[in-house]
Amino acid sequence: MDNPVFHIEKLNFWYGAKQALFDVDVTIRPNQSTAFIGPSGCGKTTLLRCLNRMNDLIERTRVEGKIALHGQGLYAPEVDVIELRKRVGMVFQKSNPFPKSIFDNIAYGLRIQGVNSKNDLADRIEASLRKAALWDEVKDRLNDSAMALSGGQQQRLCIARAIAVEPEVLLMDEPCSALDPVATAKIEELIQDLKKEFTIVIVTHNMQQAARVSDHTAFFYLGKLVEFDVTTKIFTNPANKQTEDYVTGRFG
Amino acid sequence: MTEKQPVETRRGDAGVAPASLSRTDLGAAIIRKRSRPGEWLAERGIFAVSLSSIVMIFLIFAFVGREALPVILGQTSNARTQKPLTPDEATKLPADKLAKYIGVSVSELKGYDAETLKTLVELKAEELAQVSNTDSRINTTSWQKMFQPHRWLGYDKPEYIWQPTSEIPKYNCIPLFIGSLKATLVALLFSVPLGVAAAIYVSQLASPKVREIVKPTIELLSGIPSVVLGFFALIVLATILQTIFHYSSRLNALVGGIALGLAVIPVIFTIAEDALTSVPKSYSQAALALGAAPWQVAWQVVLPAALPGVFAACILGFGRAMGETMIVLMASGNASIVSASILDSCRTITATIAAELAEVVFGGAHYRILFLLGTLLFAVTFVTNLVGEMIVHRLKARLEGA
Repeated sequence: MDNPVFHIEKLNFWYGAKQALFDVDVTIRPNQSTAFIGPSGCGKTTLLRCLNRMNDLIERTRVEGKIALHGQGLYAPEVDVIELRKRVGMVFQKSNPFPKSIFDNIAYGLRIQGVNSKNDLADRIEASLRKAALWDEVKDRLNDSAMALSGGQQQRLCIARAIAVEPEVLLMDEPCSALDPVATAKIEELIQDLKKEFTIVIVTHNMQQAARVSDHTAFFYLGKLVEFDVTTKIFTNPANKQTEDYVTGRFG
Repeated sequence: MTEKQPVETRRGDAGVAPASLSRTDLGAAIIRKRSRPGEWLAERGIFAVSLSSIVMIFLIFAFVGREALPVILGQTSNARTQKPLTPDEATKLPADKLAKYIGVSVSELKGYDAETLKTLVELKAEELAQVSNTDSRINTTSWQKMFQPHRWLGYDKPEYIWQPTSEIPKYNCIPLFIGSLKATLVALLFSVPLGVAAAIYVSQLASPKVREIVKPTIELLSGIPSVVLGFFALIVLATILQTIFHYSSRLNALVGGIALGLAVIPVIFTIAEDALTSVPKSYSQAALALGAAPWQVAWQVVLPAALPGVFAACILGFGRAMGETMIVLMASGNASIVSASILDSCRTITATIAAELAEVVFGGAHYRILFLLGTLLFAVTFVTNLVGEMIVHRLKARLEGA
């Protein structure tokens, strides 16, 4: 077996007194896309946000168990969260460009990583916009405000912003939930391309989407991992009855 | 009740009732416009209240402006150009000219007997004879004398002088404007960085526990009466600063400005903190997920996004600093001198009005000029707020990508 990117073992997570994750074990492999599916409140987003420690921002949360990035425990005291987040990028459910120009949106992440020369910035911004399949639509108006873009364009801009800093992993939290089918198709296509360079973890409500874009799928229910396997197996021949009921639309 | 009847039947046997009947009912229900007197009354009431505040501001301005109008129009004159008259010449004058010559009203004049009149005319002649200063022939209430330097008798060069109670009253407003601007500038230089930094810290970086202590404490500052702040500045702050910096005038623009800044900080803090807190969390989350440090997020993402609100906070702070009276009256030294140094005493417009208005002759030149100062102060803050509002709008539009 190839070296896993993330190795999660017996992970438990609490919001205050409420436990959100119960003994979760998942392994995420490089240059593959892993989908987390399950009904609302099943803990899939919580798990995703553990992977770059965004849950740290929420008061009174507690985590137990092991999450390792290439063998290094993420919650170890010596871990620099800022460095971690530079290596594990994230795209949010609702597109959240900064109220700045398109150029500055992508330049922001590069600048905090110390890329300051005009030429370097321009090159890397163009490259990431091309990868996000947005370049042709915005190349003539890089200095316009990002807020003027359409919803789908804004989300692709957020993807471009996340990949511009060349993270190793890209976490996507329901990236298409606020988009129309055309924009969704574009982003799904994008995910297929991005897989070549990045390891992708995607949370989705949409089971067809999981089937289309992911190599592995984890099904969660009420904070527990029910089944984790190759996507084709989960959708065609699940081992667990609950998984079958969910992916065939009998509940959830 | 009768109107409700058909609705009930329809609900009872849905589908059975003919479609046309229910459609007419529905149409009738929508079309019949109900009067809602309660709502109408409440709406008008609120409108009247908000309108009255606008009217109030207008009335205050109109009153202040009216008192200053003769000065504004250049109708006042305090030049003493009359020639002394003998009692014989004086009695030949018409009543109104005589009244003006002596400086009383016509009705008062009629109440005097011949003896009193004679004494008054002699006194006036004596007074006019005593005036040796040629400056007394100058109308010191003209626009030119109020805003341009003049070389007064005994001075080496033209100067801006506010000496409203000297033998030749000098009403040059420039020293007062300089005083106000100096005190305000020091106050803003002191309070804007502190207030905004505190707002950034409390809204972005502080832990909830610290926030719960710091926020109300700073807001409590605004509850301190300005006379108490002035007292503190006068007794404590002035001594401390003089010990540190060794300057000569103990009360000066620095002391007054810093004390003023203490009053302005809560204004700036409260509004800036609100603006920073209301920046969508998604912005800071996006930046954090890119690997930005919390202070980078606060400074590079949240502050720019909250800039319109933070700028509005500074404008309000400016208004408060310009208008604050008691602190500068007590702590700034009140010397009406033209000096760029913040270590010299200064006299602000507001302190001048407060200190002098109670002791002026009602309706006299000094009285009118104090009202002129009030009008100008009003105009300055009004224009500042207007320009500030325009800038805020432009900043907002730029953020929203319009």
